[in-house]
Amino acid sequence: MSGSETTAGGLSRRAAYEARQRKRAMRVAAGSTAAVVLALVLLVPLAPGWEKVQRSFFNGEVFAKTFPGLLEAFLTNIYIFAWCAPLIAVLGLVIALCRDVRAPALYPLRLFGAIYTDVFRGLPVILVIYLVGFGIPGLGLPRPWNSPYIWGSLALILVYAAYVAEIIRSGIDSIHGSQRAAAASLGLNEKDTMRFVVLPQAIRNVAPANMNMFIALQKDVALLSFIGPVEIFRQAGVYKSLMANFTPYVGAALIFLAVTIPATRYADYLMQKQRRART
Amino acid sequence: MRIAVTSALVATMMASTAMAGGHAGCADGKTLEEGVLTIATGNPAYYPWVLDDAPESGEGFEAAVAYAVAAEMGFEADAVKWVRTSFDEAIQPGAKDFDFNMQQYSITPEREMMIDFSEPYYSSAMAVLTTGAVVDGGAEATIASLKGLKWGAVATTTAVPMIAGLIAPDSDPLLYGDNTDVTAALQAGQIDAALFDLPTALYLSAVVVENGAILGQFPADRSEAPDQFGLLMEDGNALKECVDGALAALKDSGALAELEAQWLQQATGVPVIE
Repeated sequence: MSGSETTAGGLSRRAAYEARQRKRAMRVAAGSTAAVVLALVLLVPLAPGWEKVQRSFFNGEVFAKTFPGLLEAFLTNIYIFAWCAPLIAVLGLVIALCRDVRAPALYPLRLFGAIYTDVFRGLPVILVIYLVGFGIPGLGLPRPWNSPYIWGSLALILVYAAYVAEIIRSGIDSIHGSQRAAAASLGLNEKDTMRFVVLPQAIRNVAPANMNMFIALQKDVALLSFIGPVEIFRQAGVYKSLMANFTPYVGAALIFLAVTIPATRYADYLMQKQRRART
Repeated sequence: MRIAVTSALVATMMASTAMAGGHAGCADGKTLEEGVLTIATGNPAYYPWVLDDAPESGEGFEAAVAYAVAAEMGFEADAVKWVRTSFDEAIQPGAKDFDFNMQQYSITPEREMMIDFSEPYYSSAMAVLTTGAVVDGGAEATIASLKGLKWGAVATTTAVPMIAGLIAPDSDPLLYGDNTDVTAALQAGQIDAALFDLPTALYLSAVVVENGAILGQFPADRSEAPDQFGLLMEDGNALKECVDGALAALKDSGALAELEAQWLQQATGVPVIE
């Protein structure tokens, strides 16, 4: 390295050049971001309709009046989410295992798993909610067994379990066949191989993908409002029509973001950790 | 109460100016399209407000009132154009594609901060829609009995605050997106009763809900939580005075009451809730 020259800071010319480039890139990025933000802040209010849009969507008075009610309604979302999520995980796992059954005699299970995922992934969530939420209670169940909370939740569980089952199955498929062979050579039977060798690795592999499903579920809980429960989205709709103002939806969106952004970041963190662990 | 009194006062004042002047020509240059009155209704528009979802026929109470108002303002029937909007489209900020919108909009002070309403063209009695099974189960037309029922309503209507204000039931009501969903929940036994304006309730109980029944009504002239329908207009619409003038003239001549008698069923058979 006799030929390399060093600058005053002790960096090689190449390193100094790269540092300059990096600084320049940062300056450009900061400058363009500032320009965009400035343009938005200055230009949007200049639009002739801005005042009306502001009054309809960003109305401080309406916001203050409706926000506490929205927070209270959000509790309903949390309850529904809290009892749906574990049941989805269990049912999803069961369906995934059904699809992985290898014994010929158990082929009907395999078929069931395939049909289940095909049907419930293919149907719009809202149709399943209407069908299960109004249809089954319509058969003549007595109260409280016809509650929209029970049957609406079941609809969510049925649909989401289909997605989760596919994710878990992809995790099971991602475990190399040699692992099963090795387990067999250790004398583990098929059940124990699945339980102690395949599933622990498979579930870990698909944890970030499942995290995304739960973020989506968190938002789809709002669909239950179609069959009666007054959760945050419905409450915002009530305020909207009473005040002829869309601001309550903005309030609801903020509450959703306060939950989903940390959850998304956590999913990203999990994924990154996994990537690092693999390299 | 005060709102009702003020609007009655304004209506009489309007009526006196209306008789002095006339309305033809008032709307010149104030409509979206010169010489054409663009009126919006719901999609779909419901019976008995509009018959067969065809406002152009002028059949149904609101369709008939729309043509009467148009005639009073100097528009021939063929100068009336119909468009369809949802509630949300009607209140969105920015330019509207209608001169006024007519789909049983209740006038409330909160809404009036964002949009304009005409003078009321109809005062609605609110009726309790339920099923024969609930009536057989002992439900009565008294507030005490109504409190114990499980309530439902369309979330976008003023029925929601009215349930809280007039009845204050023991458990929170379930809310739905439209009339169809409310009747489905009623049929599934998830709710015992729902609150609708009387004409809608009469229609639903007779035609839509199997074994439907009207338990009772809060009469139209109640002082507590009145429900009056107005034509909805963009905030600050210059047409408002013409529309109000036309409505006042129709009220004065008795034409509005005649249309009401012609298109809306009489509510005399429905017991008043004590």
